Amino acid sequence: MRTGRAARAGQYLALTGYLVFLTVPFLWLLSLSFKPVRELASLHPTWLPRDPTLANFRQAFEEQPLLRAAGNSLVAAVSTALICVLIATPMAYVLARRRTPLTTAATGWVVVSQAFPFALVIIPLFLLLRNLRLVDSVPGLILVYVVWALPFALWMLVGHVRAIPPELEEAAAVDGAGRVRVLVSVVAPLLAPGLAATALFAFITAWNEFFFALVLLKTPESRTLPVVLTHFIGAEGVADLGPLAAAALVATVPSLVVFAVIQRRITSGIAAGAVRA
Amino acid sequence: MTSTTSAPPPPTRRRPAARPVTRSRRGGGPARPLDHGAWFLVLPALIPILLLSVGPLLYGVALAFTDAQAGRTAPTRWIGTLNFSDLTRDTLFQESFGIGLLWAVGVTVPQFALALGLALLLDQELRLRWLARALVIIPWAMPEVVVGIMWRLVYHPDAGVLNETLRDLGLGTGRDWLTGLGTALPAVVLVGVWAGLPQTTVALLAGLQNTPRELHEAAALDGAGAWRRFRAVTWPALRPVALAITALNLIWNLNAFALVYVLTGGGPGGRTRLPALFVYEEAFRYGQFGYAAAMGCVLVAVVSVLLAVFLVGRLTGGDDR
Repeated sequence: MRTGRAARAGQYLALTGYLVFLTVPFLWLLSLSFKPVRELASLHPTWLPRDPTLANFRQAFEEQPLLRAAGNSLVAAVSTALICVLIATPMAYVLARRRTPLTTAATGWVVVSQAFPFALVIIPLFLLLRNLRLVDSVPGLILVYVVWALPFALWMLVGHVRAIPPELEEAAAVDGAGRVRVLVSVVAPLLAPGLAATALFAFITAWNEFFFALVLLKTPESRTLPVVLTHFIGAEGVADLGPLAAAALVATVPSLVVFAVIQRRITSGIAAGAVRA
Repeated sequence: MTSTTSAPPPPTRRRPAARPVTRSRRGGGPARPLDHGAWFLVLPALIPILLLSVGPLLYGVALAFTDAQAGRTAPTRWIGTLNFSDLTRDTLFQESFGIGLLWAVGVTVPQFALALGLALLLDQELRLRWLARALVIIPWAMPEVVVGIMWRLVYHPDAGVLNETLRDLGLGTGRDWLTGLGTALPAVVLVGVWAGLPQTTVALLAGLQNTPRELHEAAALDGAGAWRRFRAVTWPALRPVALAITALNLIWNLNAFALVYVLTGGGPGGRTRLPALFVYEEAFRYGQFGYAAAMGCVLVAVVSVLLAVFLVGRLTGGDDR
């Protein structure tokens, strides 16, 4: 296919436009987080901090219990990832290896539940967890996150199971291995990269989540990072810009790193969903 | 279309096969007859799903027909459809619902157009492509709360890059985008477009890479221009994906909460109070659980219609089932 010179130039121009649109907000966040108070107050802000400082980061950690919140987020995200993969794998295996009206329905549910209206579900969940005395606790939050991350985890894992040749399992079965044995010693090792990607995806989901955390966590001791971030914005919407930017950056870094690692797998998961649609 | 190994070629260059990619049966028919006894394998995931997802959904619908309130000592009573008839008179909620629809369409449509453009560009052999493919992920990886905070900093009347750029261009002075009655909704819509661009782009890119190259080349040989080729070759192949992703985006946006909560909190004067924000306030600020659940039900009803569109599109659009 040949493309004219003018068209090519237009394409590069458009691509540059996209890159600016996608990156400028993030670069601005980066810039503000390293600016000293004096430059933040300047009526003519510059792109690069003239006098870069780490003071905003220090202040951010002093102003709000960021460290504690990061700890809570980490506990919630790691537990969610582990539990999610642990319980999703056997189900994904069944969904991938068997096609019955029931598994079709289950797969349909997986699709539908990604469109769940949280606004309705949160009220009963709140009442339920309150009755179980699990409101305002990280374990309660983990319960919610596990179920919330399950659909996409199942979706990803089903794909990975299907990529494993069933003949290997048959061989093991012929050798007399039981179902669970086959799953643990044949499927799981081959599935390892998929399991890791799925776990990391669940990790990000939990690390980034805000709505449930906002409703379910009431005391400062149990709050997660996204909730604490909103406390940097005062009641009147007034914010200390430097620490706000710094804290936001702190919360983003783990997410960006993990995402960079599994980017390709998540995108191919989404792509699979879209293409299959 | 290719037979799906559930994970079709990733949009980026292939990595050395980390896992065996076999041609699995399309749609994954019974690869190995898994006997009925294997059903217990489903339980560890099924039980939490039933208890914490399906259960609460049904419970929520039931709550909508009660007068449940926070911290009330009197027992909760069934009140039939009273909450719903109250909703028909609640102009604030209707306004919020209108804003929600406006927001959902306002985000989804331009986002689709932008994502289609980007996907078409990323499908070309362009030099900056690898960079664009890496960077397009940024909005996706960021926590929604951070996206909200970040854009507050972009929109900031004094320290914001938007106003500074406008000043440099000689266009107006420090405007407070997020608190202006007329600018707040467009301002949050732009953020919504930005935040969801990656997913839509990736989905469309996957669709594009599934369109047969040979058809393109044949059409080009026949002298079809870019537009003709797009209309005759690209779009027909892309349509099912486009329909699905659009329906999903509409649903996600109708359910949106965190982004706008952080950006404006629903203000100014309720101009950006999306339905989910309204339900949240009604339930957790005013303690009206039953009434808020009724609102949630209305949201579910609308979402269900969209979901039906999505599923119908899925059934009729895909030839790879």
